[in-house]
Amino acid sequence: MSGDVVLDVAGLRVVGLPSKAEIVTEVDLTLGRGEVLGLVGESGSGKTTLGLALLAHAKRGTSIASGSVTVCGRDLLTLPAEEVRRARGRTVAYIPQSPASALNPALRIGTQLRECLNGSASREAHREEEGEERVQEVLREVALPDTPDFIRRYPHQLSGGQQQRIAIAMAFIGRPELIVLDEPTTGLDVTTQRHVLETVRRMCEGYGASGVYISHDMAVVAGIADRLAVMYSGRVVEAGTAEAVLAAPRHPYTARLLLAVPDLAAEREMTGIPGHAPSPLARPGGCAFAPRCELAEDRCRAEQPAPVEVTVGHTVRCVKPGSPPAPRPATPLRAGDGGGAPVLEVRGLSARYGRTEVLSGIELTVPAGECVALLGESGSGKTTLSRAIVGLHPEFDGEILLDGEALAHGSYRRTEEQRRRVQYVFQNPYEALNPRKTVRELVLGPVRVLRGRVADPDAVVRDALERASLRGDLAGRYPDQLSGGERQRVAIARALATGPDLLICDEITSSLDVSVQSSIVELLRELQRRDGLSLLFVTHDIALVRNLAQHVAVLEDGRIVESGPVERVFTTPDHPYTRSLIDDTPHFTPAFARLDSRD
Amino acid sequence: MYRLIFKRVLLGLVILWAVSVVVFLATQALPGDAARAILGRDATPERLAALQAQLHTGDPMLVQYGKWLAGTLTFDLGASLANGLPVGQYLAPRVSNSLVLMMIAAVIATPVALAVGAWSALRRDRAVDHATSLITLVLAALPEFVVGIILVLIFATGWLHVLPAVFAAGEGAVWQYPAQLVLPTLTLVLAVSPYIVRMMRAAMVEVLESEYVQQARLKGLPERTVIWRHAVPNAIGPVAQVIALQLAWLAGGVVVIEFLFRYPGIGLALMDAIGNRDLPVIQALSLLIAGLYIVVNLLADIIGLAANPKVRTAAR
Ligand code: SF4
Repeated sequence: MSGDVVLDVAGLRVVGLPSKAEIVTEVDLTLGRGEVLGLVGESGSGKTTLGLALLAHAKRGTSIASGSVTVCGRDLLTLPAEEVRRARGRTVAYIPQSPASALNPALRIGTQLRECLNGSASREAHREEEGEERVQEVLREVALPDTPDFIRRYPHQLSGGQQQRIAIAMAFIGRPELIVLDEPTTGLDVTTQRHVLETVRRMCEGYGASGVYISHDMAVVAGIADRLAVMYSGRVVEAGTAEAVLAAPRHPYTARLLLAVPDLAAEREMTGIPGHAPSPLARPGGCAFAPRCELAEDRCRAEQPAPVEVTVGHTVRCVKPGSPPAPRPATPLRAGDGGGAPVLEVRGLSARYGRTEVLSGIELTVPAGECVALLGESGSGKTTLSRAIVGLHPEFDGEILLDGEALAHGSYRRTEEQRRRVQYVFQNPYEALNPRKTVRELVLGPVRVLRGRVADPDAVVRDALERASLRGDLAGRYPDQLSGGERQRVAIARALATGPDLLICDEITSSLDVSVQSSIVELLRELQRRDGLSLLFVTHDIALVRNLAQHVAVLEDGRIVESGPVERVFTTPDHPYTRSLIDDTPHFTPAFARLDSRD
Repeated sequence: MYRLIFKRVLLGLVILWAVSVVVFLATQALPGDAARAILGRDATPERLAALQAQLHTGDPMLVQYGKWLAGTLTFDLGASLANGLPVGQYLAPRVSNSLVLMMIAAVIATPVALAVGAWSALRRDRAVDHATSLITLVLAALPEFVVGIILVLIFATGWLHVLPAVFAAGEGAVWQYPAQLVLPTLTLVLAVSPYIVRMMRAAMVEVLESEYVQQARLKGLPERTVIWRHAVPNAIGPVAQVIALQLAWLAGGVVVIEFLFRYPGIGLALMDAIGNRDLPVIQALSLLIAGLYIVVNLLADIIGLAANPKVRTAAR
């Protein structure tokens, strides 16, 4: 058995410098030959830091304080630097999150692949030619062309999917025993993501390599991992075989994480986790999840729960393992009969950037009180369309009608009333809020411009924050004192404060963690149900569409290829593109989250 | 890429032309009679007439400019008013003297500054880095003539008496007197280096933090390869502009330094010409310095373009 252990981590602790804050602590992991471990956690959980520590690397400002990382019988943390260097790439390799920034822009991909071979211990064995052959071989294995012309390209001449394949090829070229993959599919569209995942799986099998697959996305990990380790606040809170964990998560956090994943069938309710993960500098004593855990009691806060082995090989750090919340059936959305008068109509819209046409012949209707999802991958023109609607991209042909009245193309030529009625929430909450203004000022800004002087500004702020499910006392804070999810809620509150009829949400959950994303979706559903707000929800995530919208328009290369009621489009998609989108999205139905699994 | 380079060259020519207009307006086209202004009140009528003929002051302004420009383009710059020599002949040795000084300074300053900057970045937040940062800051804040005077005090007059304080060579080319060249060169080097060092450090720090450098390390490459193949080439790109600006600055900065060290180059010639109101020489030198500025910047642009694979491959 011990001969087959590829990775053995014991008591690993990584601290920040100079604060000595524990970023990763008390981590123990073992991984057998050919196994894939899924390492799941939200942003700030320390999963990337842990991944890098597996190669004995610590980012600037962090340092590996204690513990051991034994790969194939050798502890990388005690080896001399030169030995560690030799082990990297040949014993343990790393596939980065965004190949676009991890490939050197100034070097040809051939050079970057070949250099992984040069300088290896068996330098003489790798003659120039053999190296070249190996490069071609590994390119074929990841399904890329192996022509000299391709090998001479620079990274910017490749598509995102091709760049990620190069990164995979780079990791496998030295035939390592262990591969660390750090969210390798983030930012890729679903089809590319599926191909990349397949490639990774095939390569691991072909080389008999073990893998550590780091991700925040349960749905992706579930499809590839044999074992799972869930991280929260620097600790592994639950670990076991993927089957066991997905069937019966024993830690409340794992369970909530599973329930936060949107259900493609929209039968189970997607529920967010309230609150947010603590920063490494301010972690509570005791169980770090306690502030967000509905089962928390005094002893949880008193001391750090020790890992408990609930079944063989399945450990949980929780004082009350095994009483997770059950999935709830989804509350049905407001019926989308489309009967309401249309708030917004787009007729025959075409738009261009310079000479390239990005949108053509767009027809779109948003009925009052309903949500229309605009589904498209990056480059489909969905952001241009939403910007045109709100008046930020005035160079287009065609018509946009608000309540049957044509809107001017540019925002400046619309009346205040028209601008007030259509509000926009931007994708990135970190850039959309002026860091020098308090939440109160941010929320009041558009109100003052669009509604003039208001009688009781504090009431407006309080009301807007409340509608966005934010505590009133946040009004005095600055954006950098808020978490990502809170910022996005402030952005929503700012839009709501003016009392709009239509809210345009441009990928507003794409930069947030799954658990936070779910609570934002809950909020939007609530706004729609309670206040009758109409929504145009722009997204690339098909599972979200099903959980939020009554109608969907699928955008491909600047054209709407299919549109209709969500139910109809999902059950009987007409267009091949829609079908491929549905097929390529991971169908994530762990036993635990299935509604019929209990009772 | 060639289209881009062609555009830049064209732009350079347009700017040069604009400079020629400004030079002409600022010197010859001033209100009043330029010839009289140059010669002063007690000029003899014959000399006045001769000068007026040389400067074509009798013609309308546009014709004057045309004739002057035509002369400049054919390298017929007229004769110096101070010593009667054709301007070209008078300036040629001085231009080459200045070029020698600038070249030596550039050849020393650029690699040394790049190396110091990169080294400082590699030792980030250690004592060496802090020291470099402080020294470059002080040097950047001091005007170059102050640096020159301090150097003279240290090496020539005050403390050590190892180098001459002013340039006092006899006949022949300047490079035959290396000891005389040390102080002027050193002053120029110290004047241009700090900016290059600081920029290189900043660029290098950024590159060293980049994901592709981290990835290169995680690939198990030797540190040497990581630095020389992955980090340095990407850091030099943005610094090239600063180097060019600094080298272009040399063309003007040399004036002050030459004056300080009495070095027989264009700087000193310009000072003399201004003192003598030697109009043709002033015009020629102004155009020359501007031209140098433009050429150096153009070269930097072209190098910057050529170093960027995105631009380079887009042309094919
Ligand atoms: S230890 Fe307590 S607070 Fe922590 S997850 Fe378990 S029940 Fe919740």
